[in-house]
Amino acid sequence: MRIAGKGLIDRMRPVSFKFDGKTYQGFKGDNVASALLANGVKLVGRSFKYHRPRGVLTAGSEEPNAMIEVIGASNQTPNVRATVQEIFEGLNTRSQNRWPSLRFDVMAVNDMVSPFLSAGFYYKTFMWPRAFWEAIYEPIIRRAAGLGSLSGKHDEGHYEKAFAFCDVLVIGAGPTGLMAALEAARAGADVILCEEDWLLGGRLLADDAHLDGKPAGEWVAAVEAELKALPNVRLMARTTVTGAYDGGQYSAVERVGLHKGPRPDLPRECFWRITAARTVLAAGALERSIAFPMNDRPGIMLASAVQTYLNKFGVVPGKRVTLFANNDGARAVARQLMAAGVTVAAILDSRTDASAVEDCPVYLGAQVTDTKGRLGLRAITGTHVGGEFALETDLLAVSGGWNPTLHITCHLNGRPRWESSLAAFVPLADAVPHLQAAGACNGAFDTLGCLREGQAAAQAALRGLNRAAADAVLPTAEGLPYVIAPLWQVAGKGRAWLDFANDVTTKDVKLAAQEGYSSVEHMKRYTTQGMAPDQGKNSNVGALAVLADTTGRGIPETGTTTFRPPFVPTSIAVMGAGGRGAGFAPQRFLTSDQASRDRGAPMIEAGLWYRPSYFPKPGEASWLASCNREIGYVRGVVGVCDVSTLGKIDIQGRDAGRFLDLVYTNMFSTLAVGRVRYGLMLRADGYVLDDGTSARLGENHYLMTTTTAAAGLVMRHLDFVHQSECADWDVRFISVTESWAQFAVAGPMARALLNGYLDQPLSDFPFMATRAVTVGGVQARLFRISFSGEEGYEIAVPTRYGEALFRDLVARAETMGGGPYGMEALNVLRIEKGLITHAEIDGRVTAFDIGAAKMVSAKKDCIGKLAATRPGLVGPERAQMVGLKPLGAEKITSGAHLFVPGADLSRMNSQGHISSVGYSPMFDRDLGLGFLVNGRARVGETVRVIDRLRDIDVLAEVCDPVFHDKDGEKLRA
Amino acid sequence: MPELIAKTALAGKTLVVAGTVLAEVDHGVVCSIAPYPGQRDAVGDALKALGFGFPAVNSFTMQGHAMIAWAGREQAFLIGVDCPDLSGLAAVTDQSGGWVSLSLQGPLAVQALARYVPMDLRLSAFPVGAAARTPLYHMSMVLLRVAEDGFRLMLFRSMARTAWHEIEVALKTLAARAA
Amino acid sequence: MRIPCPLCGTRDRREFYYYGSEDYLKRPTDQGTVEDLDNHLFLRDNPAGVTRDVWYHETGCGAWMVVTRNTITHEVLGSELVAKKKEA
Repeated sequence: MRIAGKGLIDRMRPVSFKFDGKTYQGFKGDNVASALLANGVKLVGRSFKYHRPRGVLTAGSEEPNAMIEVIGASNQTPNVRATVQEIFEGLNTRSQNRWPSLRFDVMAVNDMVSPFLSAGFYYKTFMWPRAFWEAIYEPIIRRAAGLGSLSGKHDEGHYEKAFAFCDVLVIGAGPTGLMAALEAARAGADVILCEEDWLLGGRLLADDAHLDGKPAGEWVAAVEAELKALPNVRLMARTTVTGAYDGGQYSAVERVGLHKGPRPDLPRECFWRITAARTVLAAGALERSIAFPMNDRPGIMLASAVQTYLNKFGVVPGKRVTLFANNDGARAVARQLMAAGVTVAAILDSRTDASAVEDCPVYLGAQVTDTKGRLGLRAITGTHVGGEFALETDLLAVSGGWNPTLHITCHLNGRPRWESSLAAFVPLADAVPHLQAAGACNGAFDTLGCLREGQAAAQAALRGLNRAAADAVLPTAEGLPYVIAPLWQVAGKGRAWLDFANDVTTKDVKLAAQEGYSSVEHMKRYTTQGMAPDQGKNSNVGALAVLADTTGRGIPETGTTTFRPPFVPTSIAVMGAGGRGAGFAPQRFLTSDQASRDRGAPMIEAGLWYRPSYFPKPGEASWLASCNREIGYVRGVVGVCDVSTLGKIDIQGRDAGRFLDLVYTNMFSTLAVGRVRYGLMLRADGYVLDDGTSARLGENHYLMTTTTAAAGLVMRHLDFVHQSECADWDVRFISVTESWAQFAVAGPMARALLNGYLDQPLSDFPFMATRAVTVGGVQARLFRISFSGEEGYEIAVPTRYGEALFRDLVARAETMGGGPYGMEALNVLRIEKGLITHAEIDGRVTAFDIGAAKMVSAKKDCIGKLAATRPGLVGPERAQMVGLKPLGAEKITSGAHLFVPGADLSRMNSQGHISSVGYSPMFDRDLGLGFLVNGRARVGETVRVIDRLRDIDVLAEVCDPVFHDKDGEKLRA
Repeated sequence: MPELIAKTALAGKTLVVAGTVLAEVDHGVVCSIAPYPGQRDAVGDALKALGFGFPAVNSFTMQGHAMIAWAGREQAFLIGVDCPDLSGLAAVTDQSGGWVSLSLQGPLAVQALARYVPMDLRLSAFPVGAAARTPLYHMSMVLLRVAEDGFRLMLFRSMARTAWHEIEVALKTLAARAA
Repeated sequence: MRIPCPLCGTRDRREFYYYGSEDYLKRPTDQGTVEDLDNHLFLRDNPAGVTRDVWYHETGCGAWMVVTRNTITHEVLGSELVAKKKEA
């Protein structure tokens, strides 16, 4: 219920929201947990394994119990911590891991049979009979496993990613972080201050602390106002730093729209990559529980959480509060509760030497040994120095001490140090380069200590940045020592929970040790301790202490498990922000793109490019009909195709020819000006990298073309060869792929088309020649090259004229009875001619394999030349490129394997594979290119084509790869 | 005689979001200039007539509508003005049609770029007059800072629509955040 | 991870392409032996500590560089242009 006059909520602004179908009212500034507690709702979830009724345990992102599903229009987000989810008008949430309802959950039967569900239960029970695993055990486990559920629909939410840079990153805006940020900001450093909560202040607000004799909120507001006004400061509230990475980089997740209803263009979350020269970790500390019997009931909370709900939200979820602690901290909570008019039944202090003077009963040497109340705490029993006691109480606030929030210091493999005076792990200095932990996360548990450490850490950062300190004046604050006597577990009959989320009890940890899993990493995996969404934030240290007790070792000797990013559960959607749909990769569009789409051409992806697949005409029943018609244009009349996607690299300089000789297997320095040559490029290991034609435009000027797929790869390769082998040569090159739009004009009528179109007649222009021409006064370049086997030309114009040229060429081709052709036709045309693409040169193929061994010049060195001569890369044992023609009309497929007829169809007997297939109207059957062991010597043989996936079992004839115009008569016509 | 019509990548598109303007700029002529070994100073001398030198790494210079920008290792782009004869001194290519130029100017400009550009865009690290080769998301880019809140972006022409789309999303997202 | 490009300054790792050991810079010519090649292509030391690798500023300036870093501490110790050696 609410306490009048307490809390930072806005009581003038009521907000209604839904939980499990019922509407509740809270206030602006509430989260789901605080609003439910204010409404008297204690039962908020069921535990993972035993389906135990559970209530809110904490007041932060570490919450292990109160995990809910948030239901949006298209999103359904499971495992949202109710302690983090702010309420807004229309928020719809529900509990999870229960059926049919939260109050009555069928799977709670697991709790009755819990003696059989101890640690290692899965490993022991489901081992045999072996055949039962897939059919019976796994489906049952799958149904019972997992927390929460997804909508099964695409998440249509908008997510964002961003980069940020700063001099000083401050993680956490409690007293330490605010002081650090203030000091660094006043010194002029660029500061980013990240705070997980929506309010700055941290424990200052939750503790009801006083600074300079005034409520701490006033100091927080003043600091916040100053920081906001400074241009060198970026305040990032609702932002959790989730990981530390090399080079001063940090990941952080900002909750941008999760506390608002859906709004257009507003992202749900933003994934930040922050690069910081220096970092101050001021992440605070997390209170821990004590493993006493039946310590998991709704109504048993951490003392700090009770304090937070009182001071920040004006909520006390009980009428008779009891506190159970092993340190002084709980005393302040009790006093604040009493000051707010709440009945405190007793303080149970496990220490015998602590003060007994409070305005309520104090039991010293006290331990809770049992609790009652299935859906909400009703009573507890325990022992103290005076014997046994029983208490009626509906809220038990527990404090087992504090663990510094040092997780991020472990992200680069650092291990924390055990500090026995604090009964806690503290971070090692320099565990993350240029990061300094300060305040509670460094083991300073008093306000004054936090302020001091925050300032000192900022000043150390400023020194590292060669900046003078600002020496901001520290406010006065309390500096009480932290006095604790460790208490990890209480013996008793009932189960005592360590990991609430994963239902790991002290018995499980002991059992693990008994069964030999006494290493902490083994215990973790055997019991699932620390493997829930909270990643052991609440329980790892306690479990370690119980393991240490059981094995008789100390805690430092027992060690710790490793903390890894992310610090809090992080949605995959935000990590993949921007990558959905068209954001996955850039889309590259041709200048002819609109013209092709205007003709109804379906576009297919070729690398990042979109190219027309075919150009359908009315009455055509299938793509194949269109494809066959387009093949007919090229073979019979004239076809036009946009080939701008091919890589084009302009190479200039006195050593340009020499450079090409180095990267190509064959000679280019001897190529005549105005001529084009086909070239083959090898990788350093001797395999084929790419192929293409290069033209000599002038004495010291070449134009290289690459395949579409390898354009980037070739550029990188040329840069490497140039910079590593001959940076001193007189050669320079740059990509001009995008500078020219280039179109193939191919077919018996190609010359006629161009003759009527170019500003000059073609006259004497042999195969593999190039020259500068003009089209309507526009400077253009013409090549006589062919990828179809027909007489072919390629004409290139500056890109801005590309669309106009394409429309013109197509219109002219159409008046001659031809037209545009797409990728499908292009592919068949080149297969008929035995021309390769990256389907053939797939990275495992040598020049020898494709029948191009003669292209490796003996007169000079080239990249990959020596490597290509290695044993095993040449010879009859190699799969060599061949053509494949089915004996009948059956289909063959690329990816099919080749076998000797009659041979056993085993993997060992595979003789090769088919790399490309197309239906050839010329031969009225499929034609394939493929690789067959010793294939060139086997032309004329029959092989069996097997494709198990597509049920292909066909006999095919091994052919020369060139099916059409073997002697090149058409090509050179 | 054929008459070919020239088209820029985005037909001069403009978008205004919360006072920030994204617009395609017709950059006119763009030439790449790559001095041969030992010729950088000679190239600089040849550019003096235009009021330019060969640009220092990570920088650009403007003269009216013309500019020269460092554009990578041993490479500069001369923009908006015809290139003088540099034969024997440098490899020169026409890059005019290969790129789309975008101007991004206004209060959201820096933060919009920070959605995609992985480099430090603070004025201290990337001041007015600085040029960088850095990606916009997955796209290769030449980035010039023309004002505290103003940038010129050059991207491959074929990717113009994607680049535009990404920046538009970023601007609208930022506007929605501020609303 | 941040990598210092000798030309552009320190940049995010995603701007770079990783190739491998600086051994790749010493390509045996066609006068070499198959053993030389085997060493060049496949045989690598795998030091725990300081290592020198070749990286390419792919979405940056196009420079190849040798980056020295410590594989234990992940500290990046410096970088130099591959081309420097030939140009000098």
